[in-house]
Amino acid sequence: MNRTHYLAAFLVLSLGMAGYAKAQDAPIPGSQAEAYWDKDAFKASQDALKEEHGGGSTLFLLADRFEYQTNEGLPALFLGGQGWWGTDENRLWIKSEIDYDLDAGRFEDAEIQTLWSRPIARYFDVQAGLRHDFKPGPSRTYAVLGVQGLAPYWFEVDGAVFLSEKGDLSGRLEAEYEFRLTQRLILQPRAELNLAAQDVPELETGAGISTAEAGLRLRYEIDRQFAPYVGVNWKTSAGETANYIRARGDDTESLSFVTGIRLWF
Amino acid sequence: MFTRRHLLRTAAAGSVMTASAALLPAWARSANAGNTGIFESRGTAFDLTIGHSAVNIAGHTGHAITLNGTLPGPLIRFREGEKVTLKVNNTLDEDTSIHWHGLLVPFHMDGVPGISFPGIKPKSSFTYEFAVPQSGTYWYHSHSGLQEQQGHYGPLIIDPADADPVQADREYVLVLSDWSFEHPHKVYARLKKDAAVYNFQQRTVGDFVRDARDNGLGPTLSDRASWGAMRMSPTDISDVTAAAYTYLINGHATEDNWTAIFNSGERIRLRIINASAMTIFNFRIPGLPMTVVAADGLHVQPVETDEFQIGVAETYDVLVTPTRARAFALVAESMERSGQVVATLAPETGLVATAPLLREPPVLTHRDMGMDMSSMDHGSMAGMDHGSMAGMDHGSMTISDPVAQTHDHRMGVGVDNVAMVRVSRIDEPGLGLESVPHRALSYSQLRSLVSNPDTRAPGREMEIHLTGNMERYMWSFDGVKLSEITSPIIFHEGERLRVTLVNDTMMTHPIHLHGMFFDLVVDNTDHKPRKHTVIVKPAERLSFDVTADHVGDWAFHCHLLFHMHAGMMQVVSVLPRGASDIADTGHTADAPAPAQPSEERAQPYVQVDKQHEGHRR
Repeated sequence: MNRTHYLAAFLVLSLGMAGYAKAQDAPIPGSQAEAYWDKDAFKASQDALKEEHGGGSTLFLLADRFEYQTNEGLPALFLGGQGWWGTDENRLWIKSEIDYDLDAGRFEDAEIQTLWSRPIARYFDVQAGLRHDFKPGPSRTYAVLGVQGLAPYWFEVDGAVFLSEKGDLSGRLEAEYEFRLTQRLILQPRAELNLAAQDVPELETGAGISTAEAGLRLRYEIDRQFAPYVGVNWKTSAGETANYIRARGDDTESLSFVTGIRLWF
Repeated sequence: MFTRRHLLRTAAAGSVMTASAALLPAWARSANAGNTGIFESRGTAFDLTIGHSAVNIAGHTGHAITLNGTLPGPLIRFREGEKVTLKVNNTLDEDTSIHWHGLLVPFHMDGVPGISFPGIKPKSSFTYEFAVPQSGTYWYHSHSGLQEQQGHYGPLIIDPADADPVQADREYVLVLSDWSFEHPHKVYARLKKDAAVYNFQQRTVGDFVRDARDNGLGPTLSDRASWGAMRMSPTDISDVTAAAYTYLINGHATEDNWTAIFNSGERIRLRIINASAMTIFNFRIPGLPMTVVAADGLHVQPVETDEFQIGVAETYDVLVTPTRARAFALVAESMERSGQVVATLAPETGLVATAPLLREPPVLTHRDMGMDMSSMDHGSMAGMDHGSMAGMDHGSMTISDPVAQTHDHRMGVGVDNVAMVRVSRIDEPGLGLESVPHRALSYSQLRSLVSNPDTRAPGREMEIHLTGNMERYMWSFDGVKLSEITSPIIFHEGERLRVTLVNDTMMTHPIHLHGMFFDLVVDNTDHKPRKHTVIVKPAERLSFDVTADHVGDWAFHCHLLFHMHAGMMQVVSVLPRGASDIADTGHTADAPAPAQPSEERAQPYVQVDKQHEGHRR
């Protein structure tokens, strides 16, 4: 599947979502005021009433981690963010992670997920869609099915399974927590686990746990929407994945000091 | 757009110092600008122009939507029973409207676009015409979009046709409001993305350490765990705080020192209106007792107090008689205590009352979460059995008995909590006022001055739950947003019914019913206080009796503007006598809701019929 196909699939997904959302619109209840006013004008105001009282859409964009990573002498720029647009019931959800190798002067990894998100529980959304990886090496497109939300005790969690166009199955689990040191100073631990169901030599991933990541970031919310931070981030590869990386003579582990900005609007 | 705004800014810049005082109508001016609290300017015909204005708030220029160019708008004052004509000229590029809050107008004059009329289109005018059988302190505001947050509100006073039982030497109108320099759509969007965005009173690691030291580590951990398990915050009290708001009295911030003057020994009537979009205030005048003489416009038996909570859209008339020639502070402190506005009541101009310090912010408890099992004195947990209808026999219950959850409404993603133990809190003064070292008013102290016009026992009862999901910032009645309703709430003309509101959320909601006063069930007498807006406290169960005597469709909503905007609104349709064939009017039949426990059920309300077999103990 090339990028054109990806784009086409994205459009179909969006249109399908819009159509579904439209079909969910309940009929307007009858009204005694119709008798007093021009029918069309009143009907228009009824539609606006519903739109304005629970039917509105919101756009949210978050750059959760936009940072410089020391990466043990191989510095990188990293952007991890997400955003959504839509109503309470239907949201178009975008997630992206982009890794830029400052030493080599090229993008190391870049992925974008385009998902349709629906609430399934008080604090959880189910998300389905597509992920595309732009890599210096082989690109991949995946079907995505995931759950994202707020677990008890205020853990932000996100889990997804990915099925590639080659039929390979993988998964990812992420969790975040926030310690509020003061009203504006926040310590955020974060963990990520990547899993695979099979070896994919082409992508240098092995079955089982492929990579794990843990980070600790201390941010200061100058404004709720703008917070510079410092932190550390540790990445490791495991099992067969580590073997692939060792085979090409690279480190399977790296500890980074990071500094960046968290912002949303 | 740029041009007009630019012009407004330029115009404002030239008159920053005097803009607010010079432009304000007489009633809203400070004493040093000529307001001596003695004014009579009744009329029967009013011209109101709605437009954009630059306003000066605490020394900064903001963009407002105003009536006749001022914030707040003009005082509309007329006599009970007189026919009034109000011509509204909309100069905006968007629709607008005026709702006459608390007035018993014909429903097509009620001013709610999409429910009572189509709204007032851009660059057009609309004439309201009505006569109302009531007097007292009311207000008006836009019911379109979020204009109310932008300054589109003002006071409305109706003088009694006969002598006013409340006599005073002077009277002042105090319009309390919350001003944001941020556009309300942005404020709302921020809440939608992060509901705690304006909360700077959250519990920190430092609080944890302090609590662990004071109460022990075990109890502190278990306290944090119980809130964490529910994903709720005990500091989630007001969605929008002083982080965004400048609080105002008559358009004046604290530093503007709005002043009312008096001569020692005079009796002064204060007509206090909470015209805020999102702020519930606690109002007090330290050192000066207040005698409450009217609530929501209607007279109550005088009751003396030192402080009261005033929900958004409520009004109170109080009498004060300062005998000492000193400056008193008129203090409106926001309920979560992130900010306040202070004005001065003084024997002469030029004095500034000492503003009190903000008090310690209140913190919610398990009682507010509806999980206070200790208040369940029914012995066992039998009341928790959703299958049995235990606890629903109102005949044998006093109003203060805690009631276990039995209601069956939609448990969708928009409902993050169902209070398991709902209690009457009508004798509580409100969040943060439980332990103040002076008297604080509760609804249970209010009694109508005159007997209630309809003393029939309610023939029907319905229960409506206030529901929401703070994390998603979704708000609704019975789990159904206005955008999702398929049927209004049906009242039948002439019937007397009891509406029981159950607050399943942890927030305080001022609930407003258009077109009808309701009698708050504080006791079984015929002097129940009659109101148009009632504060429902967290996990509270509260009832009012109402007579469906005004045919039409009426809005029913939470008066926190952003809760309404999020969907916490319904339509109460009072059907005329003989309209038994409801299908003709397009309404869904209001047969008693089947008690199916399906999660999918989207019934907008549930009726509890007195004769219904499920109602027996």
